[in-house]
Amino acid sequence: MGSLIRAISYHLPAQAYTNDDFFDSFPDSIINKQNLLKLGIKNRYIVSSEETASDLALKAALNLFTEHSINKNEIDFLLFCAQEFDHYTPTTACIIQNKLGLNTNCGALDFNLGCSGFVYGLGVAKGLIESIGCKNVLLLTSSTLTKTFHFQDKSSRFLFGDGAAATLISSNNESKIGNFVFGTDGSKSDKIIVRDGGARNKLNESSFEDIIDEYGNVTSNACFYMNGTSIFNFGLKTVPTLIKDTLNKNNYSIKDIDLFIFHQANLFLIETIGKKTGIPNEKIFNFMESIGNTVSSTIPIALAEAIKTKKAKSGDKIFICGFGTGLSWGATIIEL
Amino acid sequence: MTLEEFTINFEKEFEDIEPGTFKPDTNYRDIKNWSSIYALIVVAFVDLNFDIILNAKDLKDTNTIRELYELVQSKHV
Repeated sequence: MGSLIRAISYHLPAQAYTNDDFFDSFPDSIINKQNLLKLGIKNRYIVSSEETASDLALKAALNLFTEHSINKNEIDFLLFCAQEFDHYTPTTACIIQNKLGLNTNCGALDFNLGCSGFVYGLGVAKGLIESIGCKNVLLLTSSTLTKTFHFQDKSSRFLFGDGAAATLISSNNESKIGNFVFGTDGSKSDKIIVRDGGARNKLNESSFEDIIDEYGNVTSNACFYMNGTSIFNFGLKTVPTLIKDTLNKNNYSIKDIDLFIFHQANLFLIETIGKKTGIPNEKIFNFMESIGNTVSSTIPIALAEAIKTKKAKSGDKIFICGFGTGLSWGATIIEL
Repeated sequence: MTLEEFTINFEKEFEDIEPGTFKPDTNYRDIKNWSSIYALIVVAFVDLNFDIILNAKDLKDTNTIRELYELVQSKHV
């Protein structure tokens, strides 16, 4: 028994945050405008404070059912990848199962990953189908990360947007989801972190004290922190090796791949990785200009857009690769 | 790549710097409103030209283009 990606849809929140809005918020940054544009982002969508990651995911799933005429009764497993969950307990995926009206014989679980989340979810979905015998796995990826940003954190507010994607992975005679390579380096877990407010560090008065880095970005221990230079270095070191290892594990070389879709961290990083690895520009598909970095949903959203715009077509081999907080990374090759 | 070539090529990476602004002893952190995007541009420039990935400490330890060039030369074998 094999598995394949059968359909993808996504949902973005209503409120746009354009570059003009950004430069209104950070007028001093206008002098860097030309260099900031190298990051490839002109707009993002920002979730309201009342909406949760599961709300966005729910809307993405409803879009999937409508746009692709999916019979929700066929879904026998639900995976929910996010970093914001509705309650300490129960599992948010169980709440989503009910809200979507999925069968009660559907398994459901949450997992917490950031930008590598879609690839991990796809790996779990493949295992559920090919090893356990599930037929239709609904993978929901969702991010509301902007809620955690300090209002003066200009780097994060430029790069990230919110959004959710719904991907249906189904059983198939032939396997269209290839071999995976995964990796983790928890020694660098402090490079992307919200330090306080979880079980390890309770919120306290000092959690809200401003911390300003050498580039003038402001955060606090209660807010999201990303060491941009370290993460850029991580991308430059890890992704080229990940590409090589994944191609080898699937017995392919760059020329065999029709399209590369990297986690849409930012255009400058992806272009640098492309130059380093010799992947032709025309084989790299990006979709971030109008939505920013949507964390675990960048890959499925880009994949959906590549299909919609016919940059990816039936039979194409597509390399997908996610990397981010954890630090965590993973890649595989899918066939449409 | 000589120091002079390094300086010229380094300058080309920055979209909003007037050509001829940078000299080997220019403190590149003095770029008005130096921000993290500039650090990424420096890291990418060195990686693509010398296959060396500078870390945050390397960046902190250099100020002028000459110091950056010398650091790269010392790591480039």
